[in-house]
Amino acid sequence: MSWHVVAKVGEIEPGTSKVVTVRGRELGVFNVKGDYYALANKCPHEGASLCKGRIIGLAESDEPGHYRLTRQGELLRCPWHGWEFDIRTGQSWCDPVRTKVKAYHVKVETGEEVEKLGDKSKGPYIAETFSVSVKDNYILVDV
Amino acid sequence: MTDVLDYPATEQANKPVKPGIVDCDIHPSSSSFEEFKPFLSKRWWDHLNTYGMFVRQGFKEMLAFPRMQAEVSRLDAWPPSGGPPGSDLDFMRQQHLDPNGVEVGVLIPLRLNSGSQRNIDFGQALVGAVNDWQLEKFCRPEKRLRASIQIAPEDTPGSVAEIERRADDPHFVQILLPPRNGDPIGRERFWPIYEAAVAAKRPIALHVGGVAGHPVSGGTGWPSFYLEEHHSQVQTMQSVIISMVVEGVFERFPALKMVVIEAGFAWLPALAWRLDAQFERMRSEVPHLKRKPSEYIRDHIWFTTQPIEEPDRPDDLTRAMEWVGYDRLMFSTDYPHWDFDDPAHAIQVKLSDENRRKIFSGNAKKLFNLGQA
Repeated sequence: MSWHVVAKVGEIEPGTSKVVTVRGRELGVFNVKGDYYALANKCPHEGASLCKGRIIGLAESDEPGHYRLTRQGELLRCPWHGWEFDIRTGQSWCDPVRTKVKAYHVKVETGEEVEKLGDKSKGPYIAETFSVSVKDNYILVDV
Repeated sequence: MTDVLDYPATEQANKPVKPGIVDCDIHPSSSSFEEFKPFLSKRWWDHLNTYGMFVRQGFKEMLAFPRMQAEVSRLDAWPPSGGPPGSDLDFMRQQHLDPNGVEVGVLIPLRLNSGSQRNIDFGQALVGAVNDWQLEKFCRPEKRLRASIQIAPEDTPGSVAEIERRADDPHFVQILLPPRNGDPIGRERFWPIYEAAVAAKRPIALHVGGVAGHPVSGGTGWPSFYLEEHHSQVQTMQSVIISMVVEGVFERFPALKMVVIEAGFAWLPALAWRLDAQFERMRSEVPHLKRKPSEYIRDHIWFTTQPIEEPDRPDDLTRAMEWVGYDRLMFSTDYPHWDFDDPAHAIQVKLSDENRRKIFSGNAKKLFNLGQA
C-alpha cells in the first residue's frame, strides 16, 4: 500500500467526484461536504461504473405518504440497478430481497443513528474502499 | 446527469468477455419523430403531427408509472451526441456491442406505440415505418444487428400483410407481438397471425410495451408503484401463455414457436404444474387440447434471461433452469435499459460449458436460424 496524489484540493467540489486510475485500479474520489472518500469504480453487483451514478440521500418512511430524505449527498446510487452505497464506507443500503422485511421493521432515526443499526439493515455487498488523506492541499489515496 | 469530472474511455476494457454472444433484447431508439418521416406517407406524417399518438392513459409524453430512471435507461447510456439511450449506433457499438462481445443483437423496437393504436390504419403505417427504420438506421449499417417485425395485432389482416412483406428479408428474425391487447392473444381472431408466422418461419416474440388501456395487474385494478408495474410483466406473460395453450393455438399450429422476453422464467414450473393438475380435472371442457399444458409449453416456448431471478440460494435458480430446459433459455441484456444484465456478471449459477454456450448463443442461433445469416 502506498499513497498516490489524485487531485488538488478545490478540484473536486463538494457533492462531486473524480474518476482516477491508480495502480491499474479505477477509483472514484468523492468530496462529501468537505471530506474526501474513495471507492472502487465498480459495482460489486454487476460491475457498472459506480461513479456514473447519482449522489443522493437516504429516503425513509414510517408509513405510506410520509417520506423523509436524510443524509443528502452521502450515498451513491449505481447507474444501472440502483444499488445504494454509503460513500464513506462502501456499505450497500439497498437489498431488493429484504426490502419488504426492512420496511416492516422501520423506525425513525437520524442519519447517524442509521449508521449504527448494524447488519440487519445493511445490504449484502460492500464496495472496496480506500483511505484518503489531504496533505499540502493535495488529495492522496492509499492503494 | 452525474457530477463526475471525467470519464475514462477504458472503463470496460478489463472486463472478461465471452466473444460471440447473442443478445436477444436490445432497444433501439430515435432522437425525434423526424427519423420516421422518410418511412411515412404524407397522409400519416400529417396525421401524426396533427393528432399525435392515441395512447389510452392520462399522460401524452410519459408512461403512467414513472420509471426508476429517465428513458428507463442506464444513467451511463446517454450518448454524447445528445439523443436518448439507444439512439446512437456508434455509441451502442462502443458501449455494448464491442466490449460485451455481441456477435448478434436482436432489436426490440418499442418506439411509436404502434401496437397501441386503435386507429388501425394509422397503427399499420407506424408499424411499417418502425420496421423500415430498424433496417435503415441499424441493420444495414451494422451487420451484427437483426430486426423484429413489429406488428399491430388489433389489425389481424394488416399484421399478416406486414409479416408477409418482411418474410423474405433475413434481417428480420422474429415477429414482435405486444402481449397486452383488447383480447388475450390466444383468441381465434389472432390465429391468421400465427399461420403467417409459421409460413414465414419466424417465432412470435412477446415483450411488454405500449399502453393497452387495462390495468397491468391483470384485472385486480391499478397498482400504485413502478415496482408493481415492473413485476407485472410476469403476470402478463403468465396470462399470455395460459391463453395460447388453453385456446389450442399450439395444437392448431404445431410448428409455431414463441419467445417470452424480459419476464423471467423461474415461475414457469409452478404455472405448468397447476395447469397440468387442473387439465386432468377439466379435460372435457377443452377437448381440443390433446396434450398436457406443460408439454405444449416445453415444446413451443423460449425464454430470454434478463432480468434474471436472483434468489438468495443460487441452487434454486439452477433447479428452475433445469425444469425450463437449458435449450429453452436465451441470453439477453435489455441494453440500454436500467435493469441491463451484464454478460460477465448476470448469471451467477454454475453452468457447464455446453449449457453456457447454449444460453449465450447456441439456442438463439438455432431458433433464429442465424447460421445462414
